[in-house]
Amino acid sequence: MTPTYYLLLSALLFSIGAVGVLVRRNAIVVFMCVELMLNAVNLSLVTFARINGSLDGQVMAFFVMVVAAAEVVVGLAIIMSIFRTRRSASVDDSNLLKY
Amino acid sequence: MTEPVAASGIASLAWLLLALPAFGAAVLLVGGKRTDKWGHLLGCATILGAFGYGLALFFSTVGIENPEQRVQNLHLFDWVHINALTVDFGLRLDPLSLTFVLLITGVGSLIHIYSIGYMAHEEGRRKFFAYLNLFVAAMLLLVLGNGFVTLYFGWEGVGLASYLLIGWYQYKPEAASAAKKAFLMNRVGDLGLAIAIFLMFNRLGTTQYTEVFSRVKEFSSAEILAITLLLLLGACGKSGQFPLQAWLPDAMAGPTPVSALIHAATMVTAGVYLIARSHPIYDLSADGRLVVMIIGGVTLLIGCIIGCAYDDFKKVLAYSTVSQIGYMILAVGLGPVGYALGIMHLLTHGFFKAGLFLGAGSVMHGMNDEGNIRRMGGLAKYLPITFVTWTLGYLALIGIPPFAGYFSKDAIIAAAFTGEGWRGYVFGGVALLGAGLTAFYMTRLLILVFLGQPRWKELKSDDGREYHPHESPLTMTIPMIILAVGSVGGGWFLSSGGRLSGWLEPSLGELKEEHGVLSHGMVGILTVVLAVLGAAIAFLLFGRGTQPVERPERVSFPVRAARADLYGNALNEALFARPGTWLTRALVFLDLKGVDGLVNGTAALLGGSSGRLRRLQTGFVRSYALSMLLGSIFVLGALLVVRFS
Repeated sequence: MTPTYYLLLSALLFSIGAVGVLVRRNAIVVFMCVELMLNAVNLSLVTFARINGSLDGQVMAFFVMVVAAAEVVVGLAIIMSIFRTRRSASVDDSNLLKY
Repeated sequence: MTEPVAASGIASLAWLLLALPAFGAAVLLVGGKRTDKWGHLLGCATILGAFGYGLALFFSTVGIENPEQRVQNLHLFDWVHINALTVDFGLRLDPLSLTFVLLITGVGSLIHIYSIGYMAHEEGRRKFFAYLNLFVAAMLLLVLGNGFVTLYFGWEGVGLASYLLIGWYQYKPEAASAAKKAFLMNRVGDLGLAIAIFLMFNRLGTTQYTEVFSRVKEFSSAEILAITLLLLLGACGKSGQFPLQAWLPDAMAGPTPVSALIHAATMVTAGVYLIARSHPIYDLSADGRLVVMIIGGVTLLIGCIIGCAYDDFKKVLAYSTVSQIGYMILAVGLGPVGYALGIMHLLTHGFFKAGLFLGAGSVMHGMNDEGNIRRMGGLAKYLPITFVTWTLGYLALIGIPPFAGYFSKDAIIAAAFTGEGWRGYVFGGVALLGAGLTAFYMTRLLILVFLGQPRWKELKSDDGREYHPHESPLTMTIPMIILAVGSVGGGWFLSSGGRLSGWLEPSLGELKEEHGVLSHGMVGILTVVLAVLGAAIAFLLFGRGTQPVERPERVSFPVRAARADLYGNALNEALFARPGTWLTRALVFLDLKGVDGLVNGTAALLGGSSGRLRRLQTGFVRSYALSMLLGSIFVLGALLVVRFS
């Protein structure tokens, strides 16, 4: 078992997340894709930690998880309140902040 | 050049001459209405005090045996002290300045007293006296200052006082615009004076008379010529000489005492003083002096010719002043043969012209302020004292011996004949012709105002009152009588035995005698003959029958030209005013289209491009995410390229 496969999986997951963010309209799904990208990065961090035999990458992954958890709390609250006022969870509908 | 000695004794109090009138002006201006009751008395008292002190100073100076000691310097305080520029505020007490002090305070006192009567019905009479006091203080500073900067200070001070007094009747549009005109045209001349002072400082690092005159050899000849011409420009502005003569007749819109004091006897002669004072500079430049003579000659003819055509009492006298100052400028332009003669004519002119103006004021006072001589006539019977004093001044002006003007004007005409070659004939001829013309227009004035049939009996003045000519009160007639005495005896007194020229020697150098193309006696006879001839022609033309009240409009070309000031105003308008307007318009156009265009264009360019660029902000989160992704890929790609190449 080589670390390469983990890295390839990580890249695949990241790409799926990125494409999801770009193409999906539902805010919840976009949000989930963001989480997917974060976890893809976590995977690669742990893999690199393993390759280098140091714990730094694993520690970093914990930080990312903490930040992601906080982000979920805030992000979901924002989405909820937008949905309550506009009756829609589409990211393309909330486009008032423009020229 | 006589070196001054430090002032001592009574001369060390000479600051009183400036302080007294300045004090009067300050009290009257600051005190306001509270001083209404006694303001005019204070005004007269300060001038009389200055005159009294001036007399004492004069006699103490005469008492100094050695003429070399008669030039005194009184240092008062260090005025300006910046780097190389040091100007000390001091007074130069020498025969020339003392002569002026006596003229200014003497004639000034008489005119102050006259003004008590003349301005009796004016509201704010004390303000008038405040301005007069201010004028006297500034004029004394002008003649007493011991350097060009002090002179300039006084020069501007008299300009201010003149402006305030010409505009005294400020509710009349013509008085207001005449004041502005006088102020502006004087600034043109002052510019010349200022640049001349800059040139002196640039070369010598000083502007005090003593140092400038003793080191005058350090100037290059071009600088000397420039300074003489620039000083002449200053003199032209202040003294109403060609081409800046047009403001002086307009200045007659002021009250008559002002015309007599400022615009006849003292301020307008400051130009003559300036040139006489700067004689060490003029001595070195024959070309500069030739220009001075040409200006003087041209002006004296212009003044005479226009004086023949005007119907306004004071304006005729004003052009006569222009013409007489032309004589003085011509005299000081002659150089060492003429400096003292110019000053002598200045003194006698101060007497008789002030007297003539006060007479005119007295006539107008009795005639509802009417100034049109066509609405007068036969007034000799109603104003006997005015008539007699005016006639004495008239005889002095046209140069009939033994009245004052004969001695001074005849001497100038004789000196004008002394130039080499064509100069003697041209300037002498011009001066002689001027004497004839002077007699003509003054006789016309005399006939139309005092002699002949009264033309005013059926008429009413502009404010609807009938004319009731009457003699003026004593405060007005006494000054006229004193001035008339001066016009009768002054010339003989000053000229006999070279009294004035000898007295002025420490200031102006020795009066040289030269023999001209015509002998002095011959010139004297010719002058008198021409004067009598001019007067006779005037009697023949105007003495018979009745003159029309309305001025004839169908007149020959010379009269029309003279009525239009020989197109002096039109010339200024065409040469300076219109090109100035064009220049302004061109600059405004350049400003609007060029400078503003550049600034507004830059702003419009930025605004327009920003308006287009902001379309990139669509508001779609996903397109922002895409651009971030593309940016990241680009950066990563660039890093990889750099890493592996």
